[in-house]
Amino acid sequence: MKILVNERKCDVPDLITSEEIRLRYKPDADLVVVNGYPEPDSCPLKEGDRVVLIRRGEIPAAEELEALMMARHTPGVHARLKGACVGIAGVGGLGSSLAVALARCGVGSLILADFDVVEPSNLNRQQYFIDQIGLPKVVALQNNLRRINPQVEISTFFGRLDSHNIPEVFAGVDILVEAFDSAEQKAILVSTFRRHFPERPLVAASGLAGYDSANSIVTRKVGERFYLVGDGVSAAQPGRGLMAPRTGIAAHHQANAVLRLILGLEPHED
Amino acid sequence: MDIIINGKTITVTTGLSILGVLDHLQIAPQHVAVEYDGKILAPDDFGVTRVQDGGRLEIVQFVGGG
Repeated sequence: MKILVNERKCDVPDLITSEEIRLRYKPDADLVVVNGYPEPDSCPLKEGDRVVLIRRGEIPAAEELEALMMARHTPGVHARLKGACVGIAGVGGLGSSLAVALARCGVGSLILADFDVVEPSNLNRQQYFIDQIGLPKVVALQNNLRRINPQVEISTFFGRLDSHNIPEVFAGVDILVEAFDSAEQKAILVSTFRRHFPERPLVAASGLAGYDSANSIVTRKVGERFYLVGDGVSAAQPGRGLMAPRTGIAAHHQANAVLRLILGLEPHED
Repeated sequence: MDIIINGKTITVTTGLSILGVLDHLQIAPQHVAVEYDGKILAPDDFGVTRVQDGGRLEIVQFVGGG
């Protein structure tokens, strides 16, 4: 029968066990993941199973890294994610966090756009480091994402997005994520992208400031192929700041919406 | 005349523009994306597009923070 061992097709005898596979292909492996789930005990395998053998602490070769990184994914998901291109408009609190999630998932290519540089006031919620203060956010994020998953193709646009350049910058995306801070910028991006690319999904966010209950942040469908994450009302304003938890929750709602769209599922449905 | 905004019927003055409707609802026009009878509008169209009786508006409002 045919199975996948560290993403390579292998022809093995029927009824072979995961322990026999470990001994045959990587006897020094101390972690065996079968179909996305660690199997501490030996188990019988069947046709089409996916086995990943990992030696803890070992940095694998580039070609093997991808298979090992995706070992805990639901089987079948990775190939579809790898084929997708996602645009991220704004890489502040929302954009930097959801970009990290999408890179870890193995989304094939990302287009990052932002005009800003990293500042100390960003570090309370954005995925940057002290030694990146002063760098354009798109450059800092590109560096951080490469350290997480070098397989992701990243292109960047360092500048202000407006109704003229939005269609050009995001011409190649399958899905766009709106991740701006300013309400006005959000409105311009949504209006422009939806008019130019009505057939492509757009995931926006509104209402995530403060530290109200995490449970008030939801994903809703608000138009054809148009999804909105947030509580809809909690604006950043004097007396209500932007905090890492709710910003991250909204960002991960957006990332999960993207994941579901790539997999052909409606983001807002159970 | 009656128009339908996000599924709810409201009565407005005949001949209002989108901008007029937003003003009536006390919504800042620069913070919204608007669809009128299934057509996605550019913000520049808000002042020149007149709503007709029975017209359907979908208005999505944004608040700041990200």
